[in-house]
Amino acid sequence: MAHTAIELNGISKSFGAVHANRNIDLKITAGTIHGIIGENGAGKSTLMSILYGFYQADRGRIQVGGKPVTINTPSAAIALGIGMVHQHFMLVENFTVLENVILGAEGEALLNTSIAKARSELERLERDYGLEVDPDAVIEDLSVGLQQRVEILKALYRGAEILILDEPTGVLTPAEADHLFRILRQLKDEGKTIILITHKLREIMAITDNVSVMRQGAMVATRKTSETTVEELAELMVGRRVLLSVEKGEAKPGGVMLSVKNLTVKDSRGVTMVDNVSLDVRAGEIVGIAGVAGNGQSQLLDAVSGVQKAVSGTVTLDGVPVALTGEADPADLRQRGMAHVPEDRHHVGLVLPFEENENAMLGYHRQAKYLNGPFLDIAAIRNDAREKIEKYDIRPADCRLKTANFSGGNQQKIVLAREMEQDPKVLIVGQPTRGVDVGAIEFIHKRLIDMRDQGKAVLLVSVELDEIRSLSDRILVMFAGRIVGERGPDASEAELGLLMAGVEEKEAAE
Amino acid sequence: MDFFHTLILLLDSTVRLSVPLLLAALAGLYSERSGVFDIGLEGKMLAGAFAAGAAAAVTGSAWAGLGAAMLISIFLALVHGFASITHRGNQIVSGVAINFIAAGSTIILGQAWFRQGGRTPSLSAGGRFGAIELPFADAVRDVPILGEIYSELLSGHSLLVYAAFLLVPFTWWVLFRTRFGLRLRAVGENPAAVDTAGISVSWLRYRAVICTGILTGMAGSYLSLAQNAGFVKDMTAGRGFIALAALIFAKWKPVPVMFACLLFGFLDAFAIRVQGTPLPLIGQVPVQFMQALPYVLTVVLLAGFIGKAIPPRAGGVPYVKER
Ligand SMILES: Nc1ncnc2c1ncn2[C@@H]1O[C@H](COP(=O)(O)OP(=O)(O)O)[C@@H](O)[C@H]1O
Ligand SMILES: [Mg+2]
Repeated sequence: MAHTAIELNGISKSFGAVHANRNIDLKITAGTIHGIIGENGAGKSTLMSILYGFYQADRGRIQVGGKPVTINTPSAAIALGIGMVHQHFMLVENFTVLENVILGAEGEALLNTSIAKARSELERLERDYGLEVDPDAVIEDLSVGLQQRVEILKALYRGAEILILDEPTGVLTPAEADHLFRILRQLKDEGKTIILITHKLREIMAITDNVSVMRQGAMVATRKTSETTVEELAELMVGRRVLLSVEKGEAKPGGVMLSVKNLTVKDSRGVTMVDNVSLDVRAGEIVGIAGVAGNGQSQLLDAVSGVQKAVSGTVTLDGVPVALTGEADPADLRQRGMAHVPEDRHHVGLVLPFEENENAMLGYHRQAKYLNGPFLDIAAIRNDAREKIEKYDIRPADCRLKTANFSGGNQQKIVLAREMEQDPKVLIVGQPTRGVDVGAIEFIHKRLIDMRDQGKAVLLVSVELDEIRSLSDRILVMFAGRIVGERGPDASEAELGLLMAGVEEKEAAE
Repeated sequence: MDFFHTLILLLDSTVRLSVPLLLAALAGLYSERSGVFDIGLEGKMLAGAFAAGAAAAVTGSAWAGLGAAMLISIFLALVHGFASITHRGNQIVSGVAINFIAAGSTIILGQAWFRQGGRTPSLSAGGRFGAIELPFADAVRDVPILGEIYSELLSGHSLLVYAAFLLVPFTWWVLFRTRFGLRLRAVGENPAAVDTAGISVSWLRYRAVICTGILTGMAGSYLSLAQNAGFVKDMTAGRGFIALAALIFAKWKPVPVMFACLLFGFLDAFAIRVQGTPLPLIGQVPVQFMQALPYVLTVVLLAGFIGKAIPPRAGGVPYVKER
């Protein structure tokens, strides 16, 4: 029976100088769940977008159901029964769920009748697959988990027989991910073919039938899931042996360096994002904040580092209070020894069109060592940048290169080098390894441990639970703006997962 | 009843003065809702007014004038589309360029063809859209209040006036009740969502700018074929920009657009009315002040009273898939 649903031959795709896909062959058996793994930037999304007709391949052939096809537009892919849930959702934020579902599949020129038809069809799909979501809710009011349901419903509504999911679990709690996997199994039992992209090896092992590994734009291997191991897949992904855990010694916590008391932050709409949060970070320890994206971690970081105003509460840095509701000035905080690696390096951490050496000191540009009277001391700035490039192994080693031309991992190293080399008392780090390749992740993790061992107080926020668990000396879990629990570094993933999902402390302990 | 009569006359000229604004603002609505900002409404309207005046003068037919106006406006709209949709250029630059082209070429062509200092020849009745008397307008003229409203305010406008006001509910219907409208609103918010839903972003946006061309053509025709009897150089006199202000003011929604245009039309009518007559307490008001009022009002009201005007989220940004 096992016939081939999709066959790709020699697919290549370049974006300017970047070879996103090189000569890729891939065969996917109908009625299976096929995993595709690879580091960030390996070219997974590009390959799937080519299959979906969103990008056009430079070279290569596609066969669907054994027949050669040309897929030049998403509508061609949809007509062939291919549906895709994109990594970055493709939803119109101020439309309702129903409007998003029918967009492009309205059927008739007038909406009245098509909406009525869509509503009953949508209700049927929601019931059949346990994908409940209010058809009249507006997308921007929905949680990311629900938004993802809408994306899946969109694909099913169009009659997808082959469903591509691009990193669907990155935004989900463990419980939500389990629910998603149940749905995927049900779809598989109905004979549908599923392509699941992820970089979480455990998910691959749990749910897929086959798995393909991509590295630097090439397809390096395809295995039966039952015949491979996490270690082998990790090695294939990176191209060498990797340590899946970080080695670190005992923490030797000293005095409290950063203390947050009853901090409350509201966003511009007046919605409470951080709700009465208190925490301490001592010298020589890493405090990790775990949580599903969007539970107030970003606002907590912004408020503590002076980027955003808080409504109430206090923050003390090495015993001295920081003005929070008034002019908490990031420049002032930096001078007092608080370094900040922001979550979003592209918008907050770096000025991408600047040269590397300019970004390597930006924010500290008033320091005497970078100045020559009222002017910048360009030679000193470049020398300083060269030292950091050397020490942090930033590649290419060219301090005059435009920052936008460095890869994600190296951009992150530029920010880390800038902040860590200031010898701060407190280091605040948001998503240190988001969009960073595995090699650089190892390096960054080691540097963070080094900082701790040098007696710095480190506050780490990450949505990668593995990262939090392997780096932190204490783990705080944030849910809906509140700290809902504290655990040691040996807390199990399941336990943390329940806390992250907002299950009450007591229930979680059982 | 004297005050009432004055009020009716004032409102009557409000209607007349707001029509070109309304047509141009609705024109801008189609384009901007699709994510293509259009600062070139002024230019398209001006070119339309010229084409209408010229074609009507040559053929003696108002309808030929309207057709020519629409064609030339659509052409300019497509130029804007070609620059900003196909070539992903800067929409402001392209719009400004169209304004310059229209301002310059209407004068040059007008002088070359008609030799009347940039004017087109005065149109006879057949070349214009004349006033349409609604049925019984004469009969009810003497009925107090209602009769006067009917015969003075509602009756006696040109076809384009009625068309402009009918276009308001029509645009609302298109936007919120048709497939085209759903897609139009979607592409202005998130073109990638439209693209992945299997709809061509470019074709959709081109259709939107064509709608803009049709309506700016009507706006221009109104100026030269209904309000005046021929084209005069620079006759749009900034109305394209006021229309843009009305559009922002109305947050890109058809019915509020109509009220915004009526408000600006009213200010204009009022300014003309009080010109030269000193107001009680205030004294003589400079004309320039009254002319600036729509803009001042937009800024003040936007800043303080009606909240933030959130433009279509993808507005002004070319849709680029591959960096
Ligand atoms: N639209 C685009 N324009 C230019 N470069 C892109 C685009 N999309 C992806 N790339 C580049 O192609 C490479 C592969 O990216 P992607 O397919 O997103 O990887 P993955 O999904 O495996 O993380 C990366 O180097 C990325 O920067
Ligand atoms: Mg990806």
